[in-house]
Parts: sequence; structure tokens; C-alpha cells
Amino acid sequence: MKLKKAPDNKGHFGIYGGRFVPETLMPALIELEKAYKKYMKDSGFLQELGLLQKNYIGRPTPLYFAQKLTEHLGGAKIYLKREDLCHTGAHKINNAIGQALLAKKMGKKRIIAETGAGQHGVATATGAALAGLECEIYMGTEDMRRQSLNVFRMRLLGAKVTEVSIGSKTLKDAINEALRDWTTNVRTTHYVLGTVFGPHPFPAMVRDFQSVIGKEAKQQILKAAKKLPDCLIACVGGGSNSIGLFYAFLDDNVRMIGVEAGGHGIDSGEHAARFAGGSLGVFQGCKSYLLQNDDGNVLGTHSVSAGLDYASVGPEHCFFRDAKRVEYTFATDEEALRSFALLSETEGIIPALESAHAISEAVKVAPAMPKDSIIIVNLSGRGDKDVQEVARIKGIEL
Amino acid sequence: MNKISDTFKHLKKAGGKAFIPYIMAGDPSLDATKGLVADLESAGADIIELGVPFSDPLADGPTIQRASERALAQGVTLRKVLALVEEIRKASQIPLILMTYYNPVFKYGIEAFAKEAARVGVDGVIIPDLIPDEAEDFLSCARQYNLDTIFLLAPTSTEDRIRKVVKASRGFIYYVSITGITGAKLAIGDPMKDTLDLIKNSTQKPVAIGFGISNPEEAAEAADLADGIIVGSAIVRLIAESRDIKDFARSLKPLTPNP
Ligand SMILES: Cc1ncc(COP(=O)(O)O)c(C=O)c1O
Repeated sequence: MKLKKAPDNKGHFGIYGGRFVPETLMPALIELEKAYKKYMKDSGFLQELGLLQKNYIGRPTPLYFAQKLTEHLGGAKIYLKREDLCHTGAHKINNAIGQALLAKKMGKKRIIAETGAGQHGVATATGAALAGLECEIYMGTEDMRRQSLNVFRMRLLGAKVTEVSIGSKTLKDAINEALRDWTTNVRTTHYVLGTVFGPHPFPAMVRDFQSVIGKEAKQQILKAAKKLPDCLIACVGGGSNSIGLFYAFLDDNVRMIGVEAGGHGIDSGEHAARFAGGSLGVFQGCKSYLLQNDDGNVLGTHSVSAGLDYASVGPEHCFFRDAKRVEYTFATDEEALRSFALLSETEGIIPALESAHAISEAVKVAPAMPKDSIIIVNLSGRGDKDVQEVARIKGIEL
Repeated sequence: MNKISDTFKHLKKAGGKAFIPYIMAGDPSLDATKGLVADLESAGADIIELGVPFSDPLADGPTIQRASERALAQGVTLRKVLALVEEIRKASQIPLILMTYYNPVFKYGIEAFAKEAARVGVDGVIIPDLIPDEAEDFLSCARQYNLDTIFLLAPTSTEDRIRKVVKASRGFIYYVSITGITGAKLAIGDPMKDTLDLIKNSTQKPVAIGFGISNPEEAAEAADLADGIIVGSAIVRLIAESRDIKDFARSLKPLTPNP
């Protein structure tokens, strides 16, 4: 199967993806698709984006050999792709800057976004400031509480942060609200969706903006180790940092593992492991795996990390899973919190709780792998935003 | 013969316009909905839209979102709404349309849904997040069971989209009067009228205007432009306040010259 041929011209990755949106949005999606196709081949646009990636985001991000973690686990060599060193602290900026630039080219005056962990909100607010666009960010009440630092950062950047207090008050509700705003203001506004999800062309477009991660990592590992890695590991919320890392290696003989949020465990029902606990559904613009009840209502999710706390997953991931190209597993809250501490102590790197899920999988698989084998873990973000929440969980008052 | 098309045909002959109220099934309870349907019919409704509650109603404004939350809290599901229609059919033959998001239907199974909906007496469905481009499987099931699928158009719709939607839609075409969500303020202006003209020039099918109609004046103004009007949030709001809806519904009904 030619995995890289997807999606088709209607946004289908096999049976997944597509466009399930109110008709009001269709002209905007078609306009966006045209612009994205045009500018992704436009040398001026690509040059402008390339310069911003270098001088503003700080790319290429390093591929760091985590020697102490490697020794601690006693197996495969572990390299970390340091997306945590991107401007604003996570990979989200790769996409946000790309889309902000595109919105400006399309003549839009305003950009909006949803955010869970706050990282995509901060990245979009940053992109808006840079491109001189008005910006509004939708965020669930519950996420505003656990990511209050990022709320303040967005406001510092000049964005309006709007609280979403309906439904489960988390990421999915923020997306509903952003889609409602877009439906209302579609003529002047671009919706900067933060992950490889939603209606076509978002899954493909966000993937393309994030695939710089894997392109760099491939060059870097070939230079550092003179060979391809044996295994790639990344956490999967919507799935953008993982696809960003995986995409350049799709045709190579490299094992790939996506790690979802196991929360309190699959049996508890309190998790966000769509593959382990979900079924096929249609939600927020596309067909994909979905945590839902028998009546087709979307279930509440739980994860210690706001960025993985979402009921569905990017359609292309379903496609890769069916093709047996990528394996999907999960890490629980407890495992992620242990990895959060482990990486901090062994390497002096405090990871985002999202990224700590990926570290947890490396902790599981590395010891059984030969010492000359290589794992690349995508360190999608830094943990500054999570320090307060981790202290709270530990019962420590700051 | 199809009841929705029939209704429009008869109204047209009499020079009348269809009055299509929307209520959320199960708000405040399924029993109450049965009574409200009877009230609306006696107040002159020609067709009634029953909303199916959903956890993530992304095309709806706050009024219908809250109604959906209330109905879900009562344990209302698509299955129960279908059973309600079967109940209603014992007393009334008014054309009934279900307005539901796609996922509950998808989860139910599209063929099973179409079959059951037709069996209990549903005449048509409106699925705001299903566009014709993605509706091939659904449409073939709906056609098989003679269930009308009503698609939507909006002031943003291009000629391309209009062509596609007009072709796929059966029963009527739902023209969303505003660029926005349910319950927003109606703005009858040139962009809205221009798109409406494009639609009317490209089809013989009836066109009904919905979203944002909240009082008799707006109802009359919108009715002048189309074959029918749909009123949702304004009625749902009264239900939320436990107020009687009959007088208000009667005041929305467009006048028919020779009834
Ligand atoms: C640091 C970090 N990693 C990962 C994610 C998950 O998103 P995705 O799966 O799209 O990479 C987020 C989302 O907010 C994040 O902030």
C-alpha cells in the first residue's frame, strides 16, 4: 500500500478522514485547501517559512543523545528530538507559524484556535503577534485551571482567551466553540487547528507543517550514528508531533510506536486511549476512532496531561494502524509522572507531561533491545507548564 | 407518496408558506415533547422538526446547546426519540423531520437507522454535519426506505456547492439565513438574498429559511422570500422557561390568503 499517497482529493485516508462539517464552512475549507496546495509549492512562501523556522522557532532542533538515561535503562541508545527547545516550548509552533503565515497570505484579519494544554494557544497567539493578526483562543474551564500559566502567557501575547464552560469543559468543547466562531466569522477569520485532526485539509496540512521534525531527525541520526534508528516513539494526542516525526521514516525499515494517554487505566474508563478503548465514529469534522457510548455520544476523557486529553485521534493514524505501519499503545498517568521525574533527574530535562508518555514507552522497550540499537523519542515539549500541576498532584504547595 | 413534498405542494396551490417549528426531543421530557408536538400542530405547524440531543452540537448556539444538555440529562437517545415518534404517530400524521448530528446515526448503523426511522413514521432527516460529498452511503439507505434527506445551504455557498446540494436534497432545501449557528440574529440583507436567488434559479424544489427567525415580523419577512420558514431557538427558549408556546407559534405562522 502506498501510505504516502493519502489522503485522496476529498481528504480520505482509506476509510478515515473526510469532511463532516456544516455546509457554511465548505467554501472556507475549499479555499483553504487551494491556498495550502498553492503555497506549499510556492518558493517565496517556503523560503519565508524556512527563515522563520531557523531564526524565530530555532530550528533545526537538536537530536540529543541521552547517555545517562540510556545507561539507566541498559539497552538501546536513546536519542531525544528536542522539540522542547522550540520557541514557546513545544512542537506546536511549527504548525502555528505555518498557518499564521498562510492566513496572512489568504488575506484573513483574524485567527482563532482551540487549546488544551495551552501550548497550541500560546503558539497561535505568538504566530498572530508575529503576523500582525487579531487572535482569539478558546479553552475549557478545566484546562484553564490546570494550565493557568499558559493562559497568562497568551494574554501577554495580546490574544483574547475565551473560557468554554459547556460540556466537559476541556479540549473537545473548545474545538466546538472554535468551530462555531469560524462558522460565524468565516469570511475574515482563519481557524488554526492545532493537530492532525478535523476536516480536510487540516490533517494533511498540519502533518506537512510538522514533518520538518522527522526530516531533520533523519539527517541528524544518519550523521551521528551513520545509520537509521530502530525505533521511533512519540505521544499521540491528536497526533501531530508523532506524525511529524514518523512521516520521513514511513518507507524505511523502522519500528514506530505512538503512545496514547492511559489515564487511570483502560478498565477504569478514565483515559484517552482511543485505539485501546474506542470505536469508529464521526466527530468534529472527520471519521476516526472515537471514545463514545452506544448511543454515539462522545465520552469524557481523562489524562494527567491536558494535551492528550481528547476523545478522538487523527484519521491518518487510524490508516497507519490498519496498515500495521505504526503500533499504538498507552502509558498511564502514574507511568507518565514517573517518567517526568526520571528524565528530570537523569538528564536535567523536565519534559512536558505529554512527552513523558513517550518516555514511558522508551522505558518499557529499551532494556530488551541490543545496546547498539537506537530509539528516537520525540520530546514534544518542555515541562515548565506542568510544574504547578505536578506539585498539586504531589500535594506540595508552591 | 412523500408527505413533505406533498405538504409543500398543497401549500403552494393555496398560496401559503410552510411553518416548520423545531423543538428538542426530550426537553424537558419525552412526555412533554409529545404534548408540545400536539400544541404546535394545533397552532398551525405544517411540518415539525424534532432535535435529537448530542453531546457536541457544533452547529448550535447556546439555547439549543442547553436544550440538548437537558435532554441528555434525561437519558434521551436517538433510540428513544425513534420510539417517541412511534408514539406520536398514534395520534398525528403531521410530517416529522429528525434533526440529528451524524455520529448517533453512524453509531446506530445507517441502514438500521433508515429502516427504523421509516418504520416508526419519520418523514425526513436533517444532519447538519453531513454534506452531500460524504453522504453517498447514507443517501442510498435513505432512498431505499423513502426517507427524505434535507441538506443545507448558507450565504457563503458558492454556485458549485449550490449545484451539489440542490441535487442531493429531497423534500426541500434548508437555507441557513445567516453565516453562523442556530439562535444568532437574523440579518435579511443582500448577501442572503443573492444566494437565495441563486438557489431558487437552480431548482424547482421548495426552499425553507431557518436559523435566527425569532418573532412574527421576521417570520413574515422570511416567508415572503421562500416556501417555508423554520423557527427553533425562539420556541426552545420559551420551553426552557416553562412557558406556553401555542400563542407564540400561532403568531409565527405565515398567513395564507385562501386557506
Ligand atoms: C507538548 C505537547 N506534546 C504533545 C501534544 C499532543 O498533541 P499532538 O498529538 O498533536 O502532538 C501537545 C498538545 O497540546 C503538547 O502540548
